[in-house]
Amino acid sequence: MSRSLRAVVLAALAAVSLASAACGSDDGNPAGSAPTSAKAGVSGGITVFAAASLTESFDAIGRRFQEENPDAKVTFDYAGSSALSKQINDGAPADVFASAAPKNMDEVVDAGNASEPTDFVSNTLMIAVPKGNPGGIRSLDDFADASKKIALCAPEVPCGAAAEKVFEAAGITPQPDTLEQDVKAVLTKVRLGEVDAALVYQTDVNSGGEEVEGIEFPEAADAVNVYPIAVLKDAPNPEGAEAFVDFVLSDEGQAVLTEAGFDKP
Amino acid sequence: MTDQATRGARRGRRRGRLPAVLAVPAFVGLAFLVVPLAGLLVRAPWSTLTEQLLSAEVGQALALSLVCASLATAVCVVLGVPLAWLLARGDLPGRGVLRALVTVPLVLPPVVGGVALLLVLGRRGLVGQYLHDWFGISLPFTTAGVVVAEAFVAMPFLVIAVEGALRAADPRYEEAAATLGASRWLTFRRVTLPSIAPGVVAGTVLCWARALGEFGATITFAGNFPGKTTTMPLAVYLALETDPGAAIVLSIVLLIVSIVVLVSLRDRWLRGLS
Repeated sequence: MSRSLRAVVLAALAAVSLASAACGSDDGNPAGSAPTSAKAGVSGGITVFAAASLTESFDAIGRRFQEENPDAKVTFDYAGSSALSKQINDGAPADVFASAAPKNMDEVVDAGNASEPTDFVSNTLMIAVPKGNPGGIRSLDDFADASKKIALCAPEVPCGAAAEKVFEAAGITPQPDTLEQDVKAVLTKVRLGEVDAALVYQTDVNSGGEEVEGIEFPEAADAVNVYPIAVLKDAPNPEGAEAFVDFVLSDEGQAVLTEAGFDKP
Repeated sequence: MTDQATRGARRGRRRGRLPAVLAVPAFVGLAFLVVPLAGLLVRAPWSTLTEQLLSAEVGQALALSLVCASLATAVCVVLGVPLAWLLARGDLPGRGVLRALVTVPLVLPPVVGGVALLLVLGRRGLVGQYLHDWFGISLPFTTAGVVVAEAFVAMPFLVIAVEGALRAADPRYEEAAATLGASRWLTFRRVTLPSIAPGVVAGTVLCWARALGEFGATITFAGNFPGKTTTMPLAVYLALETDPGAAIVLSIVLLIVSIVVLVSLRDRWLRGLS
């Protein structure tokens, strides 16, 4: 029993060392020597809590960050910003928080868990319809049509709050069929063609690819969402967190975000 | 050893001290299950409790939860008991595979179950597109969709319980009924069903409890709209993001309702089981 356990542990160790050797052996040097970290990169695990709408761009940024800091391991937790801020204030061991709205960042700052957040991008709402626009959606007015299937974010999450603001500005009472818990859940309903229209961010329309078409509308300018990012006070890896935030704010990070459809803050 | 002596010895052993190797983990396990519930009670906003309890949203969500869980359980009984019978008594090829398939929803993350339901029963789903085109039925975002999602997740509990009861039941009574000329349906109704009644009830209760607490498949398949698809677990989840106090109140309501139902059912039906 104990011998087989030891065998398992040894096998696991061997696998890990092989894997790390493989990662750091671009120089053609097989296992044995430690990977040369000429650049003084950061190391250790970095846990980033990020708004669901950042999923694709932060995944890409994370990959590039790890290329430059091979000893670091970035882990992302994507969810609605309100859920994340709640988890942080309840003591979740995160290093970085990137929120889709200042409100949720403020909650974290007010609780003393972060200070001096930096706005790093902004995002505008867009009407998303399934490919071919089966519901014949033309403008925001169609959201008041009860016969159309409509998905919105719940008012608790930033995209829902922004949507409320937009409808208020436009004087439209929407008739949603579902209020989803984050923007990606809304997008999924569009991708699967389960709803005729939804309000998501312009970046989500981009990430939806072929299955999703976007329709711009003038009222969107009334609810531009600014995204703040901050290192958390109790970050288990403050150095890594700082480096990651710097990377997001760097030209390279900003280029990824712009490509995804984000605007400058 | 005489019969009496054996019985005496057994009783003596039962009365003896609990061995620490069992008692310690048992009490840790008990605390693990009970302390979080106590935590809910401690953190409850007692001052505004009645006000929150009487709010329209709570009543709406609770009513919807009870109705949907009960309907889902009815669906599960109607479909699940025959399915359990098929698994236990039918002579199908590949019964083992079938049994494994039936229990998949038990291990499947409920959200995945919800996605699977969308892909099959959604407006563009394999089956759903015909429901929509031919009959104008679209299940997602409706109360019926909640029932479907809950039934999908809860049915395996019923099937497993009933199948277990069927396997434990003595098939000789059924054989006797058959030799006396009873049809299989009559035998099932008059012999099999009464003999497995406690198993069916236990399975039904489990199934109902699972349906009442269902979250992942429901929010994925049926979405979230107050009064239509926002059941208690969904209301708890969303309230947690803005108003943790309200979330605790909702949780306590759900907790009390489930305990009352389970205890009353246990007293009424399940005494014979334990």
